[in-house]
Amino acid sequence: MEATKTDSHHHGTDDHAHHHDPGFWKTYIFSTDHKVIGIQYGITSLLFMLVGFFLIACMRWQIAYPGQAIPVVGKILEAVLGSEVAPGGIMSSELYNSFGAMHGTIMVFLAVLPLAFAAFGIYVVPLQIGAPDMCFPRINMASYQCFLAGGIVMFVSFFIPGGAAQAGWTSYSPLATVIPTDGQTYWLIGMVLLITSSLLGSVNFIATIIQLRAPGMTWMRMPFFVWAQFVTAFLLLLAFPPLEAAGILQLMDRVFHTSFFLPSGLMVAGQPMAVSGGGSPLLWQHLFWFLGHPEVYVLILPAIGIVCEIIANNTRKPVFGYKTLVYAALVLGFLSFIVWAHHMYLTGMGTKISAFFQTTTMIISIPSVIILTCLFISLWGGSIRFNTPMLFALAFLPMFGLGGLTGLPLGFSFSDIHLHDTYYVIGHFHYVVAPGTIFGLIAGIYYWYPKMTGRVMSEFWGKVHFWSSFIFINMVFQPMFAQGMAGMHRRMYDGGATYAGVADPLTGEVVGIPQKFIEMNSFISIAAWMLALSQLPFIINFFYSITHGKKVESDNPWQATTLEWQTPTPPPHGNFDKPIEVFRGPYEYSVPGHDADYLPQNEKLEGEPKTEDAPDAQPAPAQ
Amino acid sequence: MEIPYNSKPRPDTGLYNAKVGIWLFLASEVMLFGALFSSYIMLRVGAPEGTWPAPGSLLKVGPGAFNTVVLILSSVTVVLAWASLKFNNFKQYRMFQGITIVCALIFMCVKAYEYHDKFTHYEIVLKEGVTHYEGISHGTGVRSHLNLVDGHLVNQTEDEITLTVHPHHDDHAGHDHGAEAHPEEHDGDHSGHDHAEHAHGGHDAIQVTVRKSDIAKMESYGPWHSTYLAIYFTMTGLHAIHVIGGAFVIFYIWGPGAKMWKTDPERYVNRVEVSGLFWHLVDLVWIFLFPILYLL
Repeated sequence: MEATKTDSHHHGTDDHAHHHDPGFWKTYIFSTDHKVIGIQYGITSLLFMLVGFFLIACMRWQIAYPGQAIPVVGKILEAVLGSEVAPGGIMSSELYNSFGAMHGTIMVFLAVLPLAFAAFGIYVVPLQIGAPDMCFPRINMASYQCFLAGGIVMFVSFFIPGGAAQAGWTSYSPLATVIPTDGQTYWLIGMVLLITSSLLGSVNFIATIIQLRAPGMTWMRMPFFVWAQFVTAFLLLLAFPPLEAAGILQLMDRVFHTSFFLPSGLMVAGQPMAVSGGGSPLLWQHLFWFLGHPEVYVLILPAIGIVCEIIANNTRKPVFGYKTLVYAALVLGFLSFIVWAHHMYLTGMGTKISAFFQTTTMIISIPSVIILTCLFISLWGGSIRFNTPMLFALAFLPMFGLGGLTGLPLGFSFSDIHLHDTYYVIGHFHYVVAPGTIFGLIAGIYYWYPKMTGRVMSEFWGKVHFWSSFIFINMVFQPMFAQGMAGMHRRMYDGGATYAGVADPLTGEVVGIPQKFIEMNSFISIAAWMLALSQLPFIINFFYSITHGKKVESDNPWQATTLEWQTPTPPPHGNFDKPIEVFRGPYEYSVPGHDADYLPQNEKLEGEPKTEDAPDAQPAPAQ
Repeated sequence: MEIPYNSKPRPDTGLYNAKVGIWLFLASEVMLFGALFSSYIMLRVGAPEGTWPAPGSLLKVGPGAFNTVVLILSSVTVVLAWASLKFNNFKQYRMFQGITIVCALIFMCVKAYEYHDKFTHYEIVLKEGVTHYEGISHGTGVRSHLNLVDGHLVNQTEDEITLTVHPHHDDHAGHDHGAEAHPEEHDGDHSGHDHAEHAHGGHDAIQVTVRKSDIAKMESYGPWHSTYLAIYFTMTGLHAIHVIGGAFVIFYIWGPGAKMWKTDPERYVNRVEVSGLFWHLVDLVWIFLFPILYLL
């Protein structure tokens, strides 16, 4: 901290004035404090997650009971969106399409990504590396504001004439270009804002981790969560710009009538489209999936990081293979850039290219399995504390495993031909993202809540939340594998009813989707609504505990080793009240010969190197 | 609270924060333009036969080459400006960075001229059987049956439009030369440029007035006209936004933000350096844009 302090004295004088009592707006709305921005991100993204869940809950009604008016909500939809869109509370196909497209968009770009990367990352990473804030606090604030603007643009698009984007979250051209709603233009502008936000965020993250690590916090002493965020930030930094390019090109197609993604001879509604043509629909898919696949790891890596922290803390022993985890995450990040076209086996891009992407896809499962195996072995021989965060973290492991393993048949082009675009795919990636990532994130909320608020969320309601969520989420996604293997297409407006029981005109034999798979629709839908209900204990617990939760008795209620627990609770502006120096790795639990079963990273032991500048010997810096 | 290493380099990385930040930002910019360059390749390789214009046929090489020189010059002055500050010579910095800003302005003026030239450049597709105008040319490939009048807008009224047409000038060669007449000329072959198609003599421009009732379709050479122009306008447009943004930041530091030279000179020099790094990227992108859009 020596160099740091001389710096601060050098420039400190003119900046000191605005520290004192900045007022409500500067403290909560236009704050540059990473903790406030992290919480802003967290609350906004949780709200968007609720919106995304609401959309799918409506769609599940239409899938289970096609053509029937949605109870209660249907009336509201009709009143708000108009009677052409939801006549008598019945979901029109346009509305179904736009809800489907926006469910994906909101969940990926406005809920899980900002919660996993931004909210937890911005709040926790600077604390875990012993930094007073992020490298560029004002860019941090701008990042949130861009995100919010993008979210508002997306949300507003529901209410414009024609409704929100309808071409799926992947927005494949030419469909996305020719669809007659401005919602797609809103979607593109929203995406450009979100990409800007993530660009600002990822630059800030990487710079912070490189530059602001506390003295002694070497690379291999960083908690695994920081490593996960570091790799994630690189993925965002390098994978998002191609989508921005694609967005710009599609915006040109829509606004300036260019033909980047419109091939020659394109017919729309029986008429040749009046454009110059010569474009390539495949180009959009390449650009989209160049982001789209790294995006998957952007969603999963922070969750793995959180789970790793919680498992180490609650098994009271070091994680197994810390260095292996780090290298696996780095390899995973690198490989995720060269697997994107496994989403495109059916585009006719050719068997040679398919073979290449099949190979890389199989290779990328190796680091994923290494990470999961390390986390499983970490449980071995631990005296596990089964508190709420730990339950969610433990559930993450098999759920993510299931999601990963069901991905293998999709990674091979021959089996993907059968499974492509079916409910099997939906089941697969939701196992990765919903009971996988989201469970990891909820674990993180329970785990860091005491640090953020100074109070603990109710254990009892936490366990109710966990068990009900765990049961219902499996009831939602497990039957989808069966439906998908039976051939149910993922974008069917009526849940496949039209195609059920279709008879072969020659033999009279039923060749459509067998009725029993159609009947699963209502089972899944009911489970999904029950899953929604099981979030109520969480929502109430979350808000109730802010004011009424049990107060924490120490700054380190979980008896953890990492630096975020060595701050006052909640951490003040500038985070640490004494200079931080790090002496050891992140997971020194149950160290032999030590009294407590945990040894914080900044606790100096007798005979530790670097004794001459012991933190306790120095006066606290003026904050 | 003060962020460490805001202007002093961190000993183990040797970098101050903003320098790490700008390099990361530049990496992301490389991916953005990289994606667009890849799109250019994919679109060009997949373009239907005869639709990609011959090099230099739609854009004059001269202004593009001039702009390339201007940007390279500005890249030199931006370094000299930073170096002057390192030698504590503020006056010289002001002079060099002033040249940088002027270069940016010149670049944008030339760009605006080029854009204006394309937006006033019209291609008129005449109705079937209409052949009585001077300076009619023909489309290529699948469009070879079309009678076109191709030229710059002079005047437009409710029922007439007047264009300046260069009947044999190679300005519009890529589109105008008949596919049947010079099939070898389609991709990058300069040899056939000055061949005449029609009997009209000389290279003089003529003014052609077309009645609107004879027009099947009229379009300026904007981004909607062809894939080549679409990628040209998109990439140069995005690049122009970067030029404007970069020039604005450099101007702010040069003018209104120069107070910092007195209060915090170290940080001021860092700002100049970081904005200069961005300026180099803007220059570098143009160095790739110029050949692929004007020369190849």
